[in-house]
Amino acid sequence: MKLNDLLNHTSEWLRGTGPNSEIVISSRIRLARNLEKFPFPHWASKKQGEEVMGVICSVVANVDYLKNTTLFKLADLDSVDKQFLVERHLMSLEHAQKKNNKAVIIDDEEKISIMVNEEDHIRFQVMQSGFNLFEAWSIVNRIDDSLAKELLLAFSPEWGYLTACPTNVGTGMRGSVMLHLPALVMTRQIDRVLAAIAKLSFTTRGLYGEGTQASGNFFQISNQVSLGQREEDIIESINGLIRQIIEQEQNAREALLEREKAALEDRVSRSFGILKSAHIISSQETIELLSMVRLGLDLGIIKDMDRSVINELFIITQPAHLQKLQEKKLTSPERDIKRAEIIREKLKI
Amino acid sequence: MLCDICGKKPATVHLTEIIDEQMKELHLCEECAHQKSAQMESQFGLGDLLGGLAEFEKPAAQDTEAVSLKCPKCGLTYADFKKIGRLGCADCYVAFKKYIGPLLKRIHGSSIHLGKTPLKGAKASAPKKKTDLAELREKLQRAIESEAFEDAARIRDQVKELEKKLAQPEPDKGA
Repeated sequence: MKLNDLLNHTSEWLRGTGPNSEIVISSRIRLARNLEKFPFPHWASKKQGEEVMGVICSVVANVDYLKNTTLFKLADLDSVDKQFLVERHLMSLEHAQKKNNKAVIIDDEEKISIMVNEEDHIRFQVMQSGFNLFEAWSIVNRIDDSLAKELLLAFSPEWGYLTACPTNVGTGMRGSVMLHLPALVMTRQIDRVLAAIAKLSFTTRGLYGEGTQASGNFFQISNQVSLGQREEDIIESINGLIRQIIEQEQNAREALLEREKAALEDRVSRSFGILKSAHIISSQETIELLSMVRLGLDLGIIKDMDRSVINELFIITQPAHLQKLQEKKLTSPERDIKRAEIIREKLKI
Repeated sequence: MLCDICGKKPATVHLTEIIDEQMKELHLCEECAHQKSAQMESQFGLGDLLGGLAEFEKPAAQDTEAVSLKCPKCGLTYADFKKIGRLGCADCYVAFKKYIGPLLKRIHGSSIHLGKTPLKGAKASAPKKKTDLAELREKLQRAIESEAFEDAARIRDQVKELEKKLAQPEPDKGA
């Protein structure tokens, strides 16, 4: 697989299918693992980093579940390529910012990605459309078992899998669910919900993980605690929380339809109108307007539109995707013009 | 009194900063204070936060002992860890065990792993289940010894659950 092949492929997280897909965009499980014999990436010498990369890459090539994968060394990618992978949620922003002995391994379906020498030697994730953490966990678990057969992992019977940062020790597991919560935002209930989430030791982040702002009504919720509970129990506690948030969002959507129908229809239709007619548009505005259109589709306010078109627009209007499509670097003002052009083209009826 | 930063608006926020044991008083207007606090937040990274947590754990008398601790394998010192918030290698967990245990408890509310363990060679399922049980019982013992009673109760339930499962005959999976 070549990096550019991904351009014609729908990201797993934007397929828009799976359980509760009107509210839950995607579910993701990631594990952090380290090789016992080597210092953690930030403390390793260049040579040790190279060795770690060599060991992991040779093992990955032999794992059955990872047959259809491609390895990309970050040193071989330019900044647009790297941002492209971040936009597709295949690697973290942090991973993209450094290049020494770092790699990312991606499967053809874009469900599995493995970061080599990120904060830990191995960080791998499985992504599923919709509300489906257990399905993601079952795949992650099998890959983990296969890797553990070949690699001597840093593990203590008392504290579990050892990681560079003590916040990941134990299971090394982070489960996260990406939610689209426009009605909770519009009814101004979101702050209350986010405060409750924080109190329960869960973390909320934006579309692009660590340190990013929530935008376009998208929220990523994940567990903070990784030690002292079994993986399945951690997932069950995330699921319990997510089920409650889904219910709250559904109630808020119903309340909006009941009490503010005209205002809601107005906002959805205006958003759709701007997207269909704008000639200059930023990526932030695009995400916000697409969020409204998506809500309109979910509630049947917009009917003559295929949901997959909207899902695709979320990703191809991102800065690196635009530049990949144009096959050249574009300045920010150039991108805003190009972005508007592509959106108009896709929404032409 | 006017704001120390912009010198234009009246100072309504009074801040005491201590840098390198030098105390400094700042009188700021609301706007500049807001900027200042955003600045401070961005400087206050995870490393400091974890370091701060570690700091909190130990009485001052042990300070010099902790700071001079050094991982024999990778050379990272406890002082390094406090600064960067990350350990150097798996052996650091052994070298700083005394301090890491309470830190983990603070972060996760527990310092006993209950999740999966790396299986070696993925042997047949029946003996693996017995090993799981033995391991759980060991954990239960450790939890009781370290007076982590909430953990212990949870592990006890798991032991019971697993014992029940093991008591049932395995369904015949064929030859």
